[in-house]
Parts: sequence; C-alpha cells; structure tokens
Amino acid sequence: MFNDIIKILSNREMTGYVLEGLFHSLLVTLVAALLGLFLGFVVAVVKIAPNQKWIKPIKIICNVYTTVFRGTPVALQLFIMVFAVFAIPGFKPYAAIITFGINSGAYVSESIRAGITSVDKGQMEAGRALGFTWLQTMIRIILPQAVKNIIPAIGNEMIALLKETSIIGWVGSTPGSLTFDLNAAADTIYRTIPNYLASGFIVGCCYLAIVYVMVFIIKLIERRLARNER
Amino acid sequence: MNANTQNAPILSVRQLCKKFGQLEVLKGVNVDVNKGDVIAVIGPSGCGKSTFLRCLNLLEEPTAGEILLENEYVFKNERVYLKNRLKEMKAQKKTGNFDESAFNALQKEYDALRAEEKQIEKYIAKNINLHRQKIGMVFQQFNLFPHLTVLKNVTLGLTKLKNIPESEANEKALTLLKKIGLEEKANVYPATLSGGQKQRIAIVRALAMEPDVMLFDEPTSALDPEMVGEVLKVITELAKEGMTMVVVTHEIGFAKEVANRVIFMSDGVIKEENEPKEFFSIPKDERLKEFLSKVL
Repeated sequence: MFNDIIKILSNREMTGYVLEGLFHSLLVTLVAALLGLFLGFVVAVVKIAPNQKWIKPIKIICNVYTTVFRGTPVALQLFIMVFAVFAIPGFKPYAAIITFGINSGAYVSESIRAGITSVDKGQMEAGRALGFTWLQTMIRIILPQAVKNIIPAIGNEMIALLKETSIIGWVGSTPGSLTFDLNAAADTIYRTIPNYLASGFIVGCCYLAIVYVMVFIIKLIERRLARNER
Repeated sequence: MNANTQNAPILSVRQLCKKFGQLEVLKGVNVDVNKGDVIAVIGPSGCGKSTFLRCLNLLEEPTAGEILLENEYVFKNERVYLKNRLKEMKAQKKTGNFDESAFNALQKEYDALRAEEKQIEKYIAKNINLHRQKIGMVFQQFNLFPHLTVLKNVTLGLTKLKNIPESEANEKALTLLKKIGLEEKANVYPATLSGGQKQRIAIVRALAMEPDVMLFDEPTSALDPEMVGEVLKVITELAKEGMTMVVVTHEIGFAKEVANRVIFMSDGVIKEENEPKEFFSIPKDERLKEFLSKVL
C-alpha cells in the first residue's frame, strides 16, 4: 500500500486530481455553508419572532422545512433536487450545492434558535423597556450574546457539512466539473492505480487537514468572543 | 389621539385586568399617578404587584382596561366585556330565553366599539416604543447588558433611540455615573460588579433616557442585605429631585419614609390606598392589618 501511495503522489496527473478534488470540496462546502448560515439565521429568527397574524404561515413553512430536511437522508434530497426539482441541463453542480446549503440551513437554524433562547429573557425585556423594537433588541442585545453559545454548534455543523459533501460525486462527476470533489478524485485514481486503500488514505488525510484547520479557526473565534465580558 | 381631559395625571390606569389563561391576576385596578408622586406598592407575593407594574409599559399585555400616559392611550380594551356578554347571550339561546333584539343591539354596540378600539390600537402599536422611552423601568434582576461596558449600557438608548451624538451621550452618562459614585467603573463589563453596583447602574441606564415616570420592580429583592441601602439611597435621592415613580417593594421602611402614597394590593385588586402615615398607623382593610402584623 505504501508503494501505491508513493506512486500516486509522484504522478503529476494523480496529484492533479487530488488537488482539484480538494479545491472543489472546499468550494462546495464554503458556498453551501454560507447559504446554510444565511437560511438558518433567517429561519431561526422567524421561529422565535413574537406571534403575529402575518408571521404565522411563514412559521409553519419554516417548521415544515426543518422537519423535512432534518428528517430525510441528504443523499435522497440530493437526487430529488438534482434530477427532479432542478433538472435543468448544466445546472447539476449548482443544484447539488444548493441542496447541501438548504440541508445545512435546517440544522443551523436549530443551533441558532437554541443559542438565542439561551439568552436570559430579562435581556429582551430590558431592551423593550428602553424603547427598542423587537428586531432592534434582537440585533443589538440578544444576538451578540447568543453568538457565543451558537459558535460551537455551528462549528460542529460545518465539519459535518464538509464530509456530507463527499456524496456530491454520486450525481455524476468528471474531472473539471464542480462535482469532482475529493471523494470523486479517489474513485478516478482507483481506475489507474487499483488500490482503494492508498487513494482513500490520501483523500482521508486531506479531509483531516481541512477539519483540523476548521477546528483551529472555530477555537480562534471562540477565544475572541470569550475575551468580552471581563 | 388624546382623551378629552384636562390636567390629567402622568399615568392613568382604569379597570386594568390581566388574565394568564384562566388565572385572573389583576381584577380591575384603578390608579392615577400624578407628577412628582412616589407611589409604593406593597402586598403579599403573588398578589399581582409585579404584573401590574409590567402592564404599565406593556411588557405584559393587559386583558382589559385602559392605560393613559400623559393623556395618550398606551392601552385600551373595553370590548372584551361586551364580547363576553354576547357569548353569554348566545349560550342562553339553548335554554330558550333569548332576546334577539337585545342581542342584535349589543352586537351593534360591540362592532362600533371594536372599530373604535382597533383604530386606537393601530395608533398605540405605532407609538409604543416612544411611550416606553418615557417610562423608565428597573428590574429585580438588573438586566444589564453583559456584552456591553457600563458606559455603553447607559448610552445605548441615547445614541440609538434618541440619536444623541456619542460624545454628548458619553458625557451625560459619565455625569450620571459620577452622581452615584461609579464613574470609575464606566469601562468595565457588568460581570465584574456587585449586585448593588449593577442595580445603581440599571437605575442610571433608565434615568439617562429622561423618562417622565420610573417603574421599579422590587429593585432590592435580589440584593445582599448590605447592598440594599446604597440602592435605596439612589432611589430616595431621585424621589427628592421630584422624579415621578411607582415602586413595587418589600421595604416597608422605604415605603414609610419616601413614598407620598402607599398602595396595598391583594388578590388582584387595590385593597387600600393612603398617604404613608395613616396607611401604617390606622390600616382599615383586614387583609392589610394581617399583612402589616407579619412584616412590621
């Protein structure tokens, strides 16, 4: 196996696949994460907004959304979105990224909601009593405090998302397309050097490295936020 | 939208009712708070004191009644009574003794009142945040913003709501902090302060908005006994300066010394209201006598 690893790493074509896969994995995760964070944030705020007539139907939609996307396998969602909902020629990779983003948003929204509700009720009352609107209080007083509780959970979700994107190749991928991620690279290398352990080992190391960097960044953010309040 | 009365009190509360589900916490409270009044509200726990106070700035939405702040509606809902009568009449339909014409008349009256109150409610919804700026509130649990420095806690409302320039707001905040002897704490976070210091700063935060009336919800109940004095001192000074306030408190001494009116609440209604001397020396209500015998 060691020989095969050397063989892959010394072959320019093979390392090219790995690097391309690495780049695409990162890109897909990043875009899906941004979409997920945005969606999750909006859904969380809607869910905890005070009950008013016009917001009720939106709340129901949000609840259906989190239930469905947390309740079904992401692979199934991927196939339905790519081959049914967004069955537009050439749109496949984007449909896949959107699916990961929407899926992630469902989890993120619950993390954010939990973080917001963990802030003492008195804070909202104090903000409202001063004369701030609900939204102003949310933005200026509640969210800055909630972030600290949210970050660890979000970090967790981002790491999970990175690895979830490894199924993107299932909708079909060739070198050069956005769906050609690390996992797809491993499959392609296998066709030339038929040792799945070797290519798998290399790809695994790449995932591990990315996660390591992500954990480092999350810790950095957490530490920065903890500096506050003392 | 003004009610047509001249020389009205700062806060006027009429027949205020609040239900939590089936539980009736306030059963028709009437109070007028005049300019310069220091009103102490005492009573056994669970009698609705805090709910009453929280209704005044709509942190708790009342079920029925009327609240006026400087002649402007903060809350108005009388139609709920008519609605209940309509329901009762409908129920009578089954037993047979149903007066259709009376029912229709009442329905008509209800519709008219509803239209009028909906109009008022629209106005209230638009102005509630401005109203709240005129009502300062101090909480039992202080509720300082832990992610902001003491100075920012005080200036947040000034800069963001009143659009006062930051330098001016800072100056004002520092002057107020100096008054309570905490100007050296301006740049620390609330977590480093003692309970008494936190509550004094919470008072300054409310005061900085220059409210017309201040509400204190058991301001000393969460404090260590040795810190009660410093907070009461600040409130007393405020009272001497002529600030209008309503203080829900368990500090009988404070009610005696500082308040010009004392209100005793029990079972969701005001059982007795008087100036402090007479209130404590010759209480009339039986429940108040019992209460005072326990706390004095």
